[in-house]
Amino acid sequence: MVLVFAESQKGQFKKSAFEAVTYGAKTALAIGTECHVLVLGKADDPGSLGTYGAKKIHQIEGAGLEEFDSQVFGTVIAAAAIKLSAEVVILNHSAKGKALIGRLAARLDAGSVAGVNAVPTVENGAFKVKKNVFSGKAIATYQIKSDVKVLSLMGNAIRPEASGSAAPVEKLDVAVPSGRVKVKSVNTVEGTVPLPEAELVVSAGRGMKGPENWGIIEELAGVLGATTACSRPVADSGWRPHHEHVGQTGIAIRPNLYIAIGISGAIQHLAGVNSSKKIVVINKDPEAPFFKAADYGVVGDLFEVVPRLTEALKAFKANH
Amino acid sequence: MKSLVCVSKTPDTTSKISFTNDQSALDTGNIQFIMNPYDEWYALVRALELQEAQGGSVTLINVGPAANDAIIRKGLAIGAEKAIRIEADPQSALFVAKQIAGHAKAENYDIIFLGKETIDYNGSEVGGMIAELLDLPFISYASHLEMNGNTATIHRDIEGGTEVVEVETPFVVSAAKGLAEQRIPNMRGIMMAKSKPLQVIQPAEAGDLAVAVHFEAPPPKKAVTLVDPENMEELVRLLHEEAKVI
Repeated sequence: MVLVFAESQKGQFKKSAFEAVTYGAKTALAIGTECHVLVLGKADDPGSLGTYGAKKIHQIEGAGLEEFDSQVFGTVIAAAAIKLSAEVVILNHSAKGKALIGRLAARLDAGSVAGVNAVPTVENGAFKVKKNVFSGKAIATYQIKSDVKVLSLMGNAIRPEASGSAAPVEKLDVAVPSGRVKVKSVNTVEGTVPLPEAELVVSAGRGMKGPENWGIIEELAGVLGATTACSRPVADSGWRPHHEHVGQTGIAIRPNLYIAIGISGAIQHLAGVNSSKKIVVINKDPEAPFFKAADYGVVGDLFEVVPRLTEALKAFKANH
Repeated sequence: MKSLVCVSKTPDTTSKISFTNDQSALDTGNIQFIMNPYDEWYALVRALELQEAQGGSVTLINVGPAANDAIIRKGLAIGAEKAIRIEADPQSALFVAKQIAGHAKAENYDIIFLGKETIDYNGSEVGGMIAELLDLPFISYASHLEMNGNTATIHRDIEGGTEVVEVETPFVVSAAKGLAEQRIPNMRGIMMAKSKPLQVIQPAEAGDLAVAVHFEAPPPKKAVTLVDPENMEELVRLLHEEAKVI
């Protein structure tokens, strides 16, 4: 059986959970088994995850699952995987998933691949799965030899497919140990889709000349329903908050659309964004290296082009 | 604080990546290797800062062949006092973690530091594995860490923000940008590094359960379509009709 850990936040499932269940259902099909889902703590309507292909939802409740401690979650998920005889355990490659994958692999003595972006294949008994490596410069195929496998799914690698019906929810009796990590506070930006999960991203760099000019970026992002991002020099100069920094030392993202405005495209920046499905580059320098990685390019003054793009999008949105 | 800093070798980001003829392995011939930046800039430097503020020691550990000594010496030049290299050619994260945990078990480190991920495979697995093997708490993606006695206050990066947590030593922590500022080794550090102890030990028995068996280049990118800067309606049309992203 394939067991998917569906992350929830304050009882709500996010898109990443739907992606993981869809991926789990496809993986189950590939290896000839069923996809089940594990939900930790209270959650609204976990049975609805059945629509993404899960046959059964297992829910574990208990004090200690409200806050995230990788040791507590890892112990509980591993215990559930053993109890349910899971062959493949699937996580999101998220903040939680990245903290959990190593723990689960070690606890289950399982082979693991972090950040997979394609459904596994099984040929002659060999279980193989792919991921991007070397900053998107190559695709590696991994073979996992252990009986139990642990995978974490890259965000936005697969589109959620809701075609099935609700699945039965069963309580699973697993002891929840007490944790040693105390969460004191959680500080997140409300109202926007966090960058790692965003499908549309508008990003700007030094070409903006100063933080006071970001109004046109925010307006464009607002019209698109996109999340804003920035390059490293912009974050380092304090023009924008650090959590907006995308690139090698910042956040690696793979949205459907990445619009890069006034960013030259240093290799370290590209390393964090070149898995984006489509890239638009707006830069006045036709020699900017970013154009080589772009699908669509606009050579022009961003202070003229961006407001023009915003207006064109407004007109488009009014008709669609 | 008695700290262990796990350091890894990775190709420099600017390296041109190619593979052996059968595409089963990285062709290392033309590659410039560096210390993984998250290990060097953030994990190692924060460990050194804690040592400077409150005493203790900083030990480096690497799992790899003798060629990695250049990277280990750089870590010693930045300020670590000694290093351990486990003589092996690592093929999987769990193999590496088992080697490091095997060493750390008897040493009672207060904090085991490592970078949040390596910039080549971006796995972010080894930290959680070490923590699990040693039954320790693990705080991933730390961008701020302060010690007060044995209690650490750590900011960890999460989607769209940060989470502030408290944990007592011993623990494992993985370092993200912000945890410290990069240090460039000076000449004195480089000279001193040559005589600092670098102990080479043999690996413990451990298998590789997940191994990269094949590499391929991504599909070639189509040349960029340039759009007239006066005609943003055309760009919107392309994004909608051709790219289908809006």
